[in-house]
This record gives sequence, structure tokens and C-alpha cells, in this order.
Amino acid sequence: MIPIAELPGWAAFLVALLVLAGAALTLTGATGLLRLRTFYERVHAPTLGTTLGATLILAGSMLCFTVLQSRPVVHEVLILLFVSLTTPVTLMLLVRAALSRDIQEGRVSPPQPDKDRSS
Amino acid sequence: MTALLFSWALTLAGIMLAAAMGCAVYRMVRGPRAQDRILALDSFYASGMLLMLTFGIKSGTTLYFEAALVIALLGFAGTVALAKFLMRGEVIE
Amino acid sequence: MIRLLKWSLMPAFLMAIWLLLNQSLAPGQIVLGAVLGGFGTWVLTALDPPAGKLPRPLAAMRLFLLVVADIVRSNILVARIIWRDSPGRRPGFVRIPLELRSPYGLAALACIITATPGTIWVDFDSESRVLTIHVLSLVEERIWIDTIKGRYERHLREILE
Repeated sequence: MIPIAELPGWAAFLVALLVLAGAALTLTGATGLLRLRTFYERVHAPTLGTTLGATLILAGSMLCFTVLQSRPVVHEVLILLFVSLTTPVTLMLLVRAALSRDIQEGRVSPPQPDKDRSS
Repeated sequence: MTALLFSWALTLAGIMLAAAMGCAVYRMVRGPRAQDRILALDSFYASGMLLMLTFGIKSGTTLYFEAALVIALLGFAGTVALAKFLMRGEVIE
Repeated sequence: MIRLLKWSLMPAFLMAIWLLLNQSLAPGQIVLGAVLGGFGTWVLTALDPPAGKLPRPLAAMRLFLLVVADIVRSNILVARIIWRDSPGRRPGFVRIPLELRSPYGLAALACIITATPGTIWVDFDSESRVLTIHVLSLVEERIWIDTIKGRYERHLREILE
């Protein structure tokens, strides 16, 4: 364990900025879960935290440990890769499930089934 | 001085992420429908993973990295299983 | 040569993940990573993936940068909508006819659309080849159709077809 005080000033400033921005963005996404009115609107909100929010925090972590251990620490890229590949899959599955439930129960009409806009 | 400000900034970030988890819990409890709860659970997992990383930066160890990775993996598997259950009523066809 | 490259891409990718996870470039880890990568690729062939062409690296890089810029921009837009919602905003479904055929291209398009905040992939009808997406702020359908087709689909076809 390396004491955090060894981090030089500029790096500490940058890391703090990155982590704060990422956390703020994630919090914004989570408040979107509360503020938006319907499920289909809410489903857009957590993407904020999992795309840019996660990227900023992971970049902060990478910078912090690269400077502290004076060697490139890049294994955070793995989390980023994993999160950015899996979030779309879960959200797509969830929206499809929600839509098929809503159509079954007649709450939502299927989005314009016969009109074709192939102009 | 810098170290103090730095640790405050990270604490603040941790509080914000905890608040994000709180929002997700509220949505999970309130619903109104199952898909809302699953979405909130997914968001809860993501915020929790980021909170772990913030702890890691604050304490200066890379030990939290593995925990974050495991949370991300479990969150994905769990959400996919729940979404599949919602769609078909069973997880493994 | 190209065939060899195609077959070694997946093991190389898996080996890179292994080395990243272990944070080392020691010879032993490289050998172990190569073996695991080969094994992982062999397991993946059981899934019988459809044949695809090797993407063009330069065009793929350009698309990647475009997507990153779009993700940053729409993050800001969606954050603004969450904090200060305009009463005129209405969400809705948009139907977009696609010409993209490659299954890998469609998968990439699905990930791009869903990873960008504010748009989400809902359904793709493989017979009429019409894609349905849901957007958070539907100003005009035309604009969204032009965005998806003009920006992403054109690039993906350039890369893969």
C-alpha cells in the first residue's frame, strides 16, 4: 500500500477532477431514474453512468496508479471494455422484454406496425 | 494541504456515488413494474462498481480492482438472467 | 497470410486480456496466455460464428472516434434533459429501414446505438429489414433516420462490405 500523499500535486488535481466529474455524471444518470416519467424514458438514464461516468472514473484510477507506481497501470481498460460491451446487451434485452410485456397487456401499441417509411 | 483536499474530493465523489445507489434503491422499491426494478438493479450494480474504484483510489491499493471487476461480471449475468426471465418466464430454455 | 491473420486475431485478443488481467509481460504468462487464447478460440468455434470479412482498420478507427465524440455529446444532452426538462420534449419510437446486411455490422450498430445515451435499439425485423429504436427526445423522425443511416450505417458498410 502506497500512501496517497506521495501523489504529486498536478496528478492529485487531475485525478480528483476526473473522479468528481465521473461521479457527478453517474449521479445525474441515477436521478434520471427518479425524474423521468415512463419506463422507456428511464431506460436511457443509467447509460450516462456506464459510458462517460465510468470512463472518467477509470481514467482517474489509471492516472493515479500509473503515477503512484511509476509504471503504466492499464488493467482498468478491461473493466471499460467489459462494461461498454455488456451494458448495451442488458439494456436491449430489458427493453425488448418490457415492450413484449406491454404489448401483451395492451398498454402500448407496437410501434407503427404496418406503416412503412422506406422513402 | 493538497492531500487533504484530494481526500475530501474523493470522499465527496464517494458520497455522490452512494447517493446514486440510493436513487437506484428508491426506484427498485417503488417499481412500479418489474422492468423498472431490474433497470434500477443494473444501475445499482454499476454505481457500486464505480464506488469500489473510488475506494481503491482513496486507499491507494489496486486490490479493489478485482472486486470491481467481479461486481461488473455479476451485475451483467444477473441482469441478463432477470431480463430473460421477464421475457419468457424462464431463464434457461 | 490474410487467412492466418484472421485466425490469429481472436487468440491474440484473448491473450491480451489475460496479460492485462495479470499485469505482467513475463514469458511464462505470455505462453500461458497464448495457450488459453487458443483454447478459448477453439471453444468459441462451437458457437459456429457466421463468416465475416476482416474489417478495414483505418475506417474502423475513424468510426470509433466518431462514436466516442457522439457518446460525449449525447451524454451532455441527456444530462441537460434530466436536470432541466423542456416541456416540449417528447420521447418516441423511430423506424429506420436499413441496407446493412453483415451480422457483425448489425451487432456493432446495436451496440453503438444503445451505448449512446438517448437512443436505444429495440427491434430489428430481419424480413422487412426495418430497425426500431427508441429515442429520448424525438424532435423530428427525419433527423434521427439521417443520423443513423448517414453516420453509422454508411461507415459500417464501408468497413465491412
